[in-house]
Amino acid sequence: MDEALNTGLAGLITRMADDELVLGHRNSEWTGLGPILEEDIAFSSMAQDKIGHALALYQVLERELGGTDPDHFAFFRDAGQYQCCHFVEYPNREYDFSLMRHFLFDAAETVRFASLEESTFQPFRQLARKFRGELKYHMMHARAWIHQLGHGGEAARERMQSCLSSCFGSSLGIFEEGIGDDTLISSGIFPGEKALREKWLELVEPLLEAAAFQMPSVAETGPDTGGRTGIHTSFLQPLLDEMREVFRMDPAASW
Amino acid sequence: MIMDRKKEQEVALELVEDALRQVMDPEIPVLSVMDLGMITGIDIASDHIGIRMIPTFSACPAVQVIRGGIKKKLEQKFSIPVQVDIDPEISWNSNRITEEGKEKLRHFKIAPPSAISEWEEGSLSAIPCPFCQSRNTYLRSPFGSTLCRSLHFCRDCGSLFEHFKELE
Ligand SMILES: [Zn+2]
Repeated sequence: MDEALNTGLAGLITRMADDELVLGHRNSEWTGLGPILEEDIAFSSMAQDKIGHALALYQVLERELGGTDPDHFAFFRDAGQYQCCHFVEYPNREYDFSLMRHFLFDAAETVRFASLEESTFQPFRQLARKFRGELKYHMMHARAWIHQLGHGGEAARERMQSCLSSCFGSSLGIFEEGIGDDTLISSGIFPGEKALREKWLELVEPLLEAAAFQMPSVAETGPDTGGRTGIHTSFLQPLLDEMREVFRMDPAASW
Repeated sequence: MIMDRKKEQEVALELVEDALRQVMDPEIPVLSVMDLGMITGIDIASDHIGIRMIPTFSACPAVQVIRGGIKKKLEQKFSIPVQVDIDPEISWNSNRITEEGKEKLRHFKIAPPSAISEWEEGSLSAIPCPFCQSRNTYLRSPFGSTLCRSLHFCRDCGSLFEHFKELE
């Protein structure tokens, strides 16, 4: 593989893994605090999956592209070296926001890994195949709640609609392009962020509309970008500090 | 003498498989790594045994424990170095659980996974209750006490029960 391709690929893997790591950590913050026991367990399980996906991606980086030790890479970079999108950095706020973020992000993850089943990069095909079944359960959970809350009376509907309207722009930041993407697209490694965003809209729009939500317009909200180039919200640094603290308590723990 | 050599190999393989039947999944202690279909290769050489295995759910926290359990069990039993590797070539799916394993799950009051060919997302809504066999059940949550389980409720006998999820 040539240099440009390697750099682009490392960037893509890093931003995918960083999204999973940071959102996995946010999800885990619901452990012990979920509104009902089932939801507590659901978010804890999904957190475990996300952190597992992050680890698997960091391992690909180490194995295929000469990256550093996955644990160290996951926890001990400077904030500016993380490439997660802003959408995953925001604190959980109320449960409604967490649910809406879970729905929008996991739908994006679903279309991304579905497309990677066709990737020319073999480790992507293996991971995509492995994650497919698990992601189905995440989407099943998210869809059930979007549907129930959309039809669950005016108060619930309004709260979810207001979350959707306020975080939609931020969710578009998932599809912020990376520097080497053109090479990755022409080598068939992934279809590119624009194509993924289209596929994602095709998935989420009908589900949101069936639940009687109104889609915010893409043009009006605009994406919340910067994360892929290391520019982050003020929420990332405290989150990293906390993750490191947990990691330092037991650096040998296998996660 | 070729026949004898082959026979020897078969006997050795059976012994190793028997030993693996005693290595249990810490999350579902009635199921062994053989019941779960986690073993993808057994390589018996004169000076070592090589085992290839696959995790069930990718983020399963028990993988390292199981890996260690296999090594310990086989080294104790055969007094020979044992190497256990994760097989990247094969993805686990719930069809790999043996019929015997499914039967053990039923006894343990966890509803076993259906065959994936018959599985649709909607079928999670009528999982047979392991207490009374009724199909008049509904899904409470796709996430149960471990990653591989979902949570269900039986309308007929009022039991809350778990189901080992289908995974393609
Ligand atoms: Zn019952």
